[in-house]
Amino acid sequence: MEKRVKFKGWRLPMLLLLPQLVVTVVFFFYPAGQAVWQSMFISDPFGLKSQFVGLGNFEFLLADKFYRASFITTAIFSGLTTLVSMGAALYLAVLADRLIKGSGAYRTLLIWPYAVAPAVAGVLWLFMFNSRVGVVTWYLGLMGYDWNHVLNDNEAMGLVVVASSWGRISYNFLFFLAGLQAIPKSVIEAAAIDGAQFWTRFRTIVFPLLSPTTFFLLVVNIVYAFFETFGVIHTITSGGPQQATTILVYKVFSDGFVGQDLGSSAAQSVILLVIVGALTIFQFKFIERRVHY
Amino acid sequence: MLMNSLIMALGIALGKIVISLLSAFAIVYFNFPGRRFFFWMIFLTLMLPVEVRIVPTYQVIANFGMLNSYSGLIFPLIASATATFLFRQFFMTVPDELTEAARVDGARPMQFFWDILLPMSRTNIAALFVILFIYGWNQYLWPLLITTDPEMNTIVMGIKQMFPSGDDVADWPVIMATSILAMIPPIIIVISMQKLFIRGLVDSEK
Amino acid sequence: MATIKLGNLKKSFGKTEVIHGIDIDIDEGEFIVIVGPSGCGKSTMLRMVAGLETITSGEVQINGARVNELEPMDRNIAMVFQNYALYPHMCVFDNMAYGLKIAKMPKPEIAERVRAVAEMLELEEYLQRRPRELSGGQRQRVAMGRAIVRKPDVFLFDEPLSNLDAKLRVQMRLEIKELQRSLAVTTLYVTHDQVEAMTLADRMIVMNDGIADQIGAPLDVYENPATAFVAGFIGSPATNFFGADELTVSQNKALTAALNDAERAALDQPATMIGIRPEHLQICEPNGACLTLTVNYSEALGAETLIHGKLPKGTAITIRQNGRLPLPEGGQELSAVWSEHSVMVFEQNGRRV
Repeated sequence: MEKRVKFKGWRLPMLLLLPQLVVTVVFFFYPAGQAVWQSMFISDPFGLKSQFVGLGNFEFLLADKFYRASFITTAIFSGLTTLVSMGAALYLAVLADRLIKGSGAYRTLLIWPYAVAPAVAGVLWLFMFNSRVGVVTWYLGLMGYDWNHVLNDNEAMGLVVVASSWGRISYNFLFFLAGLQAIPKSVIEAAAIDGAQFWTRFRTIVFPLLSPTTFFLLVVNIVYAFFETFGVIHTITSGGPQQATTILVYKVFSDGFVGQDLGSSAAQSVILLVIVGALTIFQFKFIERRVHY
Repeated sequence: MLMNSLIMALGIALGKIVISLLSAFAIVYFNFPGRRFFFWMIFLTLMLPVEVRIVPTYQVIANFGMLNSYSGLIFPLIASATATFLFRQFFMTVPDELTEAARVDGARPMQFFWDILLPMSRTNIAALFVILFIYGWNQYLWPLLITTDPEMNTIVMGIKQMFPSGDDVADWPVIMATSILAMIPPIIIVISMQKLFIRGLVDSEK
Repeated sequence: MATIKLGNLKKSFGKTEVIHGIDIDIDEGEFIVIVGPSGCGKSTMLRMVAGLETITSGEVQINGARVNELEPMDRNIAMVFQNYALYPHMCVFDNMAYGLKIAKMPKPEIAERVRAVAEMLELEEYLQRRPRELSGGQRQRVAMGRAIVRKPDVFLFDEPLSNLDAKLRVQMRLEIKELQRSLAVTTLYVTHDQVEAMTLADRMIVMNDGIADQIGAPLDVYENPATAFVAGFIGSPATNFFGADELTVSQNKALTAALNDAERAALDQPATMIGIRPEHLQICEPNGACLTLTVNYSEALGAETLIHGKLPKGTAITIRQNGRLPLPEGGQELSAVWSEHSVMVFEQNGRRV
C-alpha cells in the first residue's frame, strides 16, 4: 500500500526520522548486536577478561539440564496461562454478547484488571495465598488443605498461572467480545432456524468464525506469557521453589544480573529472540492469509 | 515513588508518540532514498520486547551513565515501533485528496502536518496515550534494574522492595496500601477513558 | 482569468504511457469539459494541470508562461475534488480560509472574502459547522467556496458531482454553470457523464485511452463525431452501429444515395461500420428503403419511448421516438428509416470517413 501523493525532498524526512532512528539504533540494534556478540564469549567471574567460544554458550545451554527444565517450565506456564485466560475470557465474552442491556457496565467491571501491573497483581494474589495471613489459604486450611506455594512446586506454578491470567482476561475479553459482535446476527439466526441448539451453534458457527480472533490472541498471549509475566513471577515466587517457576525470561535475568554470567545470559537472549521472531513471522503470515478469509 | 512512576509513564507515552508521529509522517508522506530500508529497520523492533535484550541494554545505559536517571528509565522503552506502526496505518487511511487539497491551498509539508494531519489524529493520539501510559506505569523489570537508588524507584517495583528479606514477617498493611496506590492511577485512566482505551487497544494490535 | 495551453502533453507511469500527447489552446474564461470513460486518463490530465502529477513530457502553460515545474499553489489554480476533500476537523469558515491563511492574508480581509463567497453560495448559516454536519450538496458548495475564495486564475473540477444524488446533481450543475459565467474564470472540468459535458461545456475534450479523440463545442461534437468512440459516448442512448452487410441490396442502395463519394468508397471495405443515432431513426411503412428489425421490448419513459430490437443478423438496435406514438410490442416486426444526413460511416480504426 502506498500513498499516491508524496512530498519531495529528502532532508526534511530524514530530520523527522532522526529521533526514532537514533533511539532505535542506540537502544535496540546496538544492544541486540551486543547480545549476539556476547553470546559467543565467556567472561571470568570478575568480568576482567573474556574469551571467544563461538557457539559454545549455546551448546552448553542446550546441554544444561536447568535450562532445559526452564524450557519445559516456560512451555507449561505459557500453555496454562494462555488456556486459562483465553478460556475464561471467551466464556465471559459469550455471556456479555448475549446481554442486550448493561453490557457496558459489565465491560467496565471486566476491563479494569488490565490496568493493574502484573507485578502488583502478583502481590495481590500473593497476599491472598500467603501462608500466614492469606485469606484463601485460611479457607483452604479450614477445608483441610494445607496450601504452601513456597514449598510446593505445583502450587507455586498454579499461583503464578492464576495471577498472570487474571489481568489478561480483560484484554482477551475485549477482543473476543469485538469478534463476537462482528459475526452477523443473520448467520446465527439462520443456524437457529436450521434447528441448531445454542451449544451446537457455538461449536459449528460461532467458534469457526471467531477463529481469526482466537488465533491472534493465541500468539499475543503466548508472547505475553513469555515476557511480561516477569513481574508476577518475581514478586510471587522469585522463580522458586527450586526453579519450579523459572521461565526463560526469568533465567535471563537471574543468570545475567544475579549470577553475572553475561555470556550465557546473552545466549539465552538470542534464543528468546529467535523464538519471538518465529512467532511474529508466523503471525504475520497468518494475518496475510486472514485477508482472504 | 508515585512521582517517579508518573514521570516515567508520561515520558514514555509522550516521547513515543512524538517520535513515532514524526517518523510515520516521514515514512508515509515522503519519497526519499533509503525509505524502505529505514522502514524495515524500524519495524524490526516490533518483534522484540525490552525483556529480550535486557542485559546488553542495561550495559548501554550503564556506559552512558544513565543509571538512576529518568532518561535511562524512559529511552529504552521508547525504542519500539508499535506507535509508529499505528500512526502509519492511520495515515494510510487519510484520503489522498486531503493532501492534494492542502497542496493546492499552498501548505508546505510541515504546515500540512500541523494543520491537517495532527488535528485529524487527535483521537488516535489520545487512545495511544492511554495505552502507553499504562504500559509505562506498569513497567517492572526495567526500573528494577536501572534504579538502584531508592529515590528513583517507581511505585510498581517499589512494592517488591518492601518485602523483607529472609524470614521476617512482611508488613502487609503497608504493602497493600502501596499496591492500591500503584493500582489506582491506571485504573482511573482505564475506566474514565474506557472508549479511548478500548480503541487504542484494538488499534494498536491491528 | 487566464489562458491555458497544453502542448503535446504526455504522461507515463513507469513504462506505460497513459496520455499520448494532448494539445489544446484554452481561451480566457472558457469552460472546458474533459469527458471520457473511467481509465481514459482524464483525471490524470487535470492533475497534471494542477501540478499534483508530474509531467512526463510536453508543456502546460498558464497565461503564456510554462508552469511544469511550479508547485500547485504557485500556479494560481483552485481545485474541487470528487469527494470534496474538506478538512474534517475544521469548520466551514476555516476550510475556506485555510489557503488564504497560508498566503498570510490579513485576518479582516480573509473574513471579508469568506463572507462574500459564503453569501454567494448561501452558506452563511453554516460557517461554524463541521463538514460532517452538512448535507452532500452543502459540502459540495463548501468545496466550491474554498476554490472561489482564492480568486484563482483557473478552476479545476474533478468529477465534482458524482457523489450527489440525481436530483441534486442537476441542480448543482446549473449552479456551477451560472457561477462560472458570472465569475468568468477559465475552467477545466472532468466528468464521465456526457450529459454534464454537453450542458456545461463551451468546448469539450472527448478522451479515449489517453488520446483526445475530439475537441469541440458540444453540439458540433454531437452532430459530427470524429470517431466511432465519440459517436458512441456522446448522446444517450448510444449510437447504433452495424455493418453494411446487414442491409439488403435495396436498403444498401437507399443508404448509399445519402452518402458522399468517400463514404461510398469506404463501404466496400469489409470492417466499415455504419452509425445512426437512435433519435435519427423513425418507424415507417415497410418498403425497400427501410431497416427491418424485430422488437425485443419497448421502454416508455413518458416524453419519449425507446424501442430496443434486433436487426436480422442479431445486432442490437435502438430507436427513440416521441412518447405519444403507439407503443410497439415485443416480437413485432418493424421497419425504420433514417433521417437525411444522419448516417455516419466509420473506418475499421474507428475514424469517421
